Amino acid sequence: MQTYVSTEAGEGVDEWAAAKTLVKPPDQLELTEAELKEEFTRILTANNPHAPQNIVRYSFKKRTYKPISYVDQMAVHFSLNGNMILKDSDEGRRQKIRLSTAVGSHCSIFLQAAGEEEAEESGTAEVAEAAEAEEPPPPRVKEQKLANQFNFIERASGTLNNPMRWEIYDAYVEELQKIERSKEKEKTKAQIAKREEEKKKGRKLTSLESQSDDITKISKAAKIMERMVNQNTFDDIAQDFKYFEDASDEYRDQQGTLLPLWKFQYDKTKRLAVTAISWNPKYKDLFAVGYGSYDFMKQGQGMLLLYTMKNPSFPEYVFSSESGIMCLDFHHDHPYLVAVGFYDGNVAIYNLKKATSQPSYKSSAKSGKHTEPVWQVKWQKDDMDNNLNFFSISSDGRIVSWTLVKNELVHTDVIKLSVEGTTMQGPEGLQLQTLGCGTSFDFHKKIDYLFLVGTEEGKIYKCSKCYSSQFLDVFEAHHMAVDSVSWNPYHLKVFISCSSDWTVKIWDHTVKTPMFIYDLNSAVGDVAWSPYSSTVFAAVTTDGKAHVFDLSINKYEALCTQLVVAKKKNKITHIQFNPVYPIVIIGDERGHVTSLKLSPNLRRMPKEKKGQEVKKGPEVEIAKLDKLLNLVREPESKAEK
Amino acid sequence: MADTGEGKKEEADYKRLHSFPLIRHTDMPEEMRVEAMELCVTACEKYATNNESAAKMIKEMMDKKFGSSWHVVIGEGFGFEITHEVKNLLYMFFGGSLAVCVWKCS
Repeated sequence: MQTYVSTEAGEGVDEWAAAKTLVKPPDQLELTEAELKEEFTRILTANNPHAPQNIVRYSFKKRTYKPISYVDQMAVHFSLNGNMILKDSDEGRRQKIRLSTAVGSHCSIFLQAAGEEEAEESGTAEVAEAAEAEEPPPPRVKEQKLANQFNFIERASGTLNNPMRWEIYDAYVEELQKIERSKEKEKTKAQIAKREEEKKKGRKLTSLESQSDDITKISKAAKIMERMVNQNTFDDIAQDFKYFEDASDEYRDQQGTLLPLWKFQYDKTKRLAVTAISWNPKYKDLFAVGYGSYDFMKQGQGMLLLYTMKNPSFPEYVFSSESGIMCLDFHHDHPYLVAVGFYDGNVAIYNLKKATSQPSYKSSAKSGKHTEPVWQVKWQKDDMDNNLNFFSISSDGRIVSWTLVKNELVHTDVIKLSVEGTTMQGPEGLQLQTLGCGTSFDFHKKIDYLFLVGTEEGKIYKCSKCYSSQFLDVFEAHHMAVDSVSWNPYHLKVFISCSSDWTVKIWDHTVKTPMFIYDLNSAVGDVAWSPYSSTVFAAVTTDGKAHVFDLSINKYEALCTQLVVAKKKNKITHIQFNPVYPIVIIGDERGHVTSLKLSPNLRRMPKEKKGQEVKKGPEVEIAKLDKLLNLVREPESKAEK
Repeated sequence: MADTGEGKKEEADYKRLHSFPLIRHTDMPEEMRVEAMELCVTACEKYATNNESAAKMIKEMMDKKFGSSWHVVIGEGFGFEITHEVKNLLYMFFGGSLAVCVWKCS
């Protein structure tokens, strides 16, 4: 600021000087030499010619105006305040002290960098010098804070990493954080509001039967009460589920039993068959059941129910559909999303969070639905744009990938199951290609692109997502429709298949012939690997029996074959292991779902020997199965050699 | 004072993020505050390298709009202790490194 002012002043001076040289008053008298040389005498008096001579003032004393004789004759033309001070005056002394201390402290700062003791001495010496011996040495100044020896006021000498002021910076950072926080708060608020809304809606949905809004308020309490009542009614079953271990297993080596626990049934699904069951990946007590009909002359409506083991008397969620449900699958990361395939070839996604009884997303005839029943749906990992997507397989021979893009299901044909040498001659010389009828598929646990497809012709195709027209391999697996194929959860090469031709077969996908074949004397409806062991699997047959195998204990016969459904007219359709608890759920054609507990023999782990730690984990499971496979493989390879 | 130019090279990101006007303290009524703030922003942007001119512009505009005797201080680092008329003070940051103090005192 100072410099600014001073420069302006300087400019002013220049301007004035320039004006003096250039400008002449226009009314300047033109005088001749003689006139210029003429002398005038002038007597200067001390009187101010401009001072008025006749000032009068009102005198209150005499009540008249009186002339004032004294007139101020002084006129000030120029004044300049001096800044010189007498050396001996008080002010002079004070100033001297001030100056000397300034110099002294400055020096001491310099010297303190070298050594503090010295600095003190020389500091005083400097002060004395500055005082020039005229003055007594001024009192010692207190040591000042050590400051930057460079001129720290200079911005140029500072480092460049912080050209802005921290105070301002901090204020900005704080403000930004505040904004962010408020944003988050709003978000959470919105979410909470949403949730509450959804909850309200959900309550309304559950209480639709009662048709009264008042009950929605106490729905949560009612739910808890319902569960408590159920817990009391089924107390013995709950105890069995939690604690009962069949003691007789000790004496029955290599034999096991299934203990029936709760039975789930619902009035509206009495005449429907259980066509699909699936455990929820997050809530281990929750499972979804799809209802439809396997009698293709009698197709009707379908139902999707979600049961929890905590309430066996009434389903947690109820969705009904026009067409029968044939298959369903929970999304692994979003356990509230259920993909469903219908008998009419449509696929749909139900959102359990939404209160509507209609699916959130559904395919249509326009959007490439299947032309025949959808036999299996399976969620896939989110694609590269993080869109949800799932695969479906149908008897029309197509395997379709469905991607959820902006509330719309977009379909892509992954593969068409063409059957070699079956091109038919259509009318007017058209070449019609018959397609194989897919009935089931399963995706490899590790190899992302690899999947198996079971068909109605009894063949199993090994396919890749990358090739839409070619198969990697074809297994002549069964003589009738393949009902289910499933990869082993531990061993990456092994898969199992079951068929209506009464057999269950275990395969190594690198070998064309099956490793094990089991004939169960009835059409096998479903087969499932257990989640806890690589060698345990369960199969259900249409004669109402469930079979549980443990290859590591007996590789020829089932450990347990048990009649689950008593009536002769009833058939078992599906079986699923719970991912955590030692129970299975079995669905039948009358719409019942039965949960059964596996007896200790069926889930026996390697015996613990004293002083030996039992190894656990997937490696052990793989090794276990490998050992068994080698038993089967060896004779073959020897024969080949 | 007028060496904001040095900061130009530094941390473009910071500049971008912290360029918005941030009112630190004010007791002005809403309307006046908004107007004064916008005026400060325009002035600081117009005279990005010359705080004196910016201050002059703000002062003159404020005098015109809200009556005379406004005072303006612009800088990157200053402390201040002022007397001001009630509801006539604005202290704000701008552009990540500037502080602007505007007050009326006649």
